[in-house]
Amino acid sequence: MSVTAERRKKPEPGATVPAFSDTEKAIINRLQHGLPLTATPYRDVASELGIGEQELLDHLKAMLADGTLTRFGPMFHAGEMGGGLTLAAMRIPPEHFDTVTEQVNSFEEVAHNYRREHELNMWFVLATETPEGISETIERIEQLTGYPVYNMPKEQEFHVHLHFEV
Amino acid sequence: MSTSISKSEPATLSEQDRALILATQNGLPLVPDPWGELGEQLNMSADQVLERFQAMQESGVIRRVAAVPNHYRLGYQFNGMTVWDVADDAIAELGERVGELPFVSHCYRRPRHLPYWSYNLFAMVHGTSRDEVENKAGKIADVLGEACSGHTILYSSAILKKTGLRLRKQTDKN
Repeated sequence: MSVTAERRKKPEPGATVPAFSDTEKAIINRLQHGLPLTATPYRDVASELGIGEQELLDHLKAMLADGTLTRFGPMFHAGEMGGGLTLAAMRIPPEHFDTVTEQVNSFEEVAHNYRREHELNMWFVLATETPEGISETIERIEQLTGYPVYNMPKEQEFHVHLHFEV
Repeated sequence: MSTSISKSEPATLSEQDRALILATQNGLPLVPDPWGELGEQLNMSADQVLERFQAMQESGVIRRVAAVPNHYRLGYQFNGMTVWDVADDAIAELGERVGELPFVSHCYRRPRHLPYWSYNLFAMVHGTSRDEVENKAGKIADVLGEACSGHTILYSSAILKKTGLRLRKQTDKN
């Protein structure tokens, strides 16, 4: 599970795609693979890309500010941190969807929440500090919303590598 | 990438590692010496900070220190959660093969919830159009063959929340 923190409004599906310069594309493609953990990581990546260190830092700041990047930093692995992590889904009638969205999103354990086109129409990731926190949180969500939560923890991980080539 | 079973022993975070995670969960400092800047905040040397990051990446607490793009901004507007009902005795081997497909970003085995949910293999596929996602799903279907007795693709129609996974400060815990 990769971790993102989004701080401002981001384009939703249907948004227009901005044109990126070759330098921006190179930065986006390179830095999804990870910063080298060296004494001067930005200088090393900049020299790999043939640009200046400050140029790289400025581009990163600008791309964070305009929402091209939702985050730049360590991607934590919840399971390895000793916490609980799961994917859960709910079936919410359309007329209650907004209310339940507000209720579910009010839990700080809810990290991501997506509306999806299916009978199970709300899908969220729960992250808790302890493994036991998952079932407690699910119970609290069920009590608050009045709807069952279908817990779908990963039983086996085959692959995780999110990379978007631009 | 290798297959890993999710039931590995969780690491216990040291106070120092916990402090580093808290200090960087909004992002790594965008300055020439990020380790030194973090060290100043946390009363550690730059070398110690770097050494802890290397150790956490080695142990898997951190997958990597990386840029997370907003995929919609990059033109990948269609995020299809492809889900498959795969025979239990075949899923371990076939899941691994699906996970190796270059366009599959996440691939997990998850429990069924009958009667509402019969799918036990999840493979996330992103594309610039529905056709592209469906084309990729077709390639997954080819890999699964007769072991798969049904599938569907769930597209996201709205991001309802995306704050990411966060540690709470120790004092917030109850």
